Amino acid sequence: MKSSTRIMATASIVLVICMMSSVLLLRKLDQLRSGGTAEEVLYISSPTVLKRSSLGYGGLLADVYWTRAVQYFGSKHHNGAQHYELLAPLLEITTALDPQLLVAYEYGANFLAPKPPDGAGMPRRAIELAEYGIRNNPNEWKLYYQLGFIYYTELQDYAAAADAFDRGSRVPNAHPWLKLMAAQMAEHAGDLQTARMLWTTMYQSPQDRSIRANAAAHLRALQVDEDVLVLERLVNIYRDKTGRVPNSFSDLEAAGLLRGTATDPLGRPYRLMPDGHVVVRVPDDLPFLKKGIPPGYVPPIKPKLLPSD
Amino acid sequence: MSMRIVHIASNTFREAVRDRVLYNLIAFALLMSGAAILVGQISIDIERLVVINLGLTAVSLFGLVIAIFIGIGLVSKEIDKRTLYTVLSRPVRRWEFIVGKFLGLAGTLVVNTVCMAIGVFVALLYVSHHFQKADGWLLVALYFIVLQFLIITALALLFSSFSSPLLSAVFAFALFVIGCFAEDLRGFASMTQGITRWLAIGAAYLVPNFSALNVISSVAHEQPVSGQLIFYNTAYALVYAAMALCGAVLVFEHRNLK
Repeated sequence: MKSSTRIMATASIVLVICMMSSVLLLRKLDQLRSGGTAEEVLYISSPTVLKRSSLGYGGLLADVYWTRAVQYFGSKHHNGAQHYELLAPLLEITTALDPQLLVAYEYGANFLAPKPPDGAGMPRRAIELAEYGIRNNPNEWKLYYQLGFIYYTELQDYAAAADAFDRGSRVPNAHPWLKLMAAQMAEHAGDLQTARMLWTTMYQSPQDRSIRANAAAHLRALQVDEDVLVLERLVNIYRDKTGRVPNSFSDLEAAGLLRGTATDPLGRPYRLMPDGHVVVRVPDDLPFLKKGIPPGYVPPIKPKLLPSD
Repeated sequence: MSMRIVHIASNTFREAVRDRVLYNLIAFALLMSGAAILVGQISIDIERLVVINLGLTAVSLFGLVIAIFIGIGLVSKEIDKRTLYTVLSRPVRRWEFIVGKFLGLAGTLVVNTVCMAIGVFVALLYVSHHFQKADGWLLVALYFIVLQFLIITALALLFSSFSSPLLSAVFAFALFVIGCFAEDLRGFASMTQGITRWLAIGAAYLVPNFSALNVISSVAHEQPVSGQLIFYNTAYALVYAAMALCGAVLVFEHRNLK
């Protein structure tokens, strides 16, 4: 073998070995520093400073910060976190760098508003974000919808929700549904039908898969709430007629109060408790329930969303 | 246009190609394809925005680096290699040499930008599956980027005509950064009083205004660019580049090359 060929071969082998070793060493270092603070640090927290230092390329920097916000929320949410300290600053920086980045307002408010572990539990910051978005994009009706949705679902402030929907309905090309929603909110705030309309719209919007799954889970929970209300009313009618609680739903059928088997939205039959309460059989598959929860049931930290949604 | 200028320009272009300047297109292609594939997986709903923002920013920054680092060597390299004396011993005027060099590098940058623009549109087609009418505004943003290159190339050439390559690079890059803050500088000038005010206003109008030439964010959001802005930006960039070029010619005409 020629001397130069030997040197080439040796150098190539050493190069490959060094590359592989460096990867292995880095993996070891990552394990040692798994509790590192890199993710929890915002080196520059001032949106103004960042905007200035972007030299006019703020759009790209906003995309980077938005991706960082998504990654931050996603990883925390995946681990069932209770605190999301950096989420609001990350979203504020993103929207300051690019005030027209609508996706950051639409999803960002959804990340911020719900209580942990579904979100950061910061509905006021979500409202500030949505209002900032509206100030910068006054003709985007979806932002008013987002604002009204937060007021309705997180703060139960129906008057503010009605106002947000009403403001949105006056925007050119606004969805006609907003006007209806404003009226509905003003008249029947808090009823199941209104909630169903909101979640159905959320489900039908061309959103991210996880948001659609979340909306589907809420719709199923609303269905259960309504079913349980109706079934327990039937149980009460039966009790008034016979003076006793029915042993099973068959008794209700026999009394002509119920037709067929009462099933939850996932097709599982409801269970009738001895005290007359109606509960679901597998509550883990039906998160966000307000009614029909079996006694002593402790919901998991992270709500289960079905992959089929 | 004098044929001598055309020859100098085409030689400058050939030299840039021989110096493998266009190899940056490979890095750009990798960047665009990587971004187009990766961003969809790690972010939400911004694939199109990222391709436009990243693509146009990369076109701008890659071109800026080429304009500065090639531009600063256009004169000094010819002096170091002593090829300038061969050129000037022929019936070539000094100003023709400067203008030819400028046009050659500008041509290189235009070819480079066209190749990158094709890459941006291919990546955009990959993530969006179709083009929209608003994507046409990207061409305006690319045109403004080329106008930026004209200014920065002329400035690099100006510095190159009297300073060392290292200092020329520092001056050109510093002026680019200051140019990005030109509007703030004018705002600052309006807050001062007396002689400081006039000095600040003078400085603010002397530095190139790059912020008006940057419409990347707005075209990414499908916002149209007004015809007036296109017209005035074109006029401003041409006037400013001509001004810097005249400065370079004046310095070079009086430079002692012995």
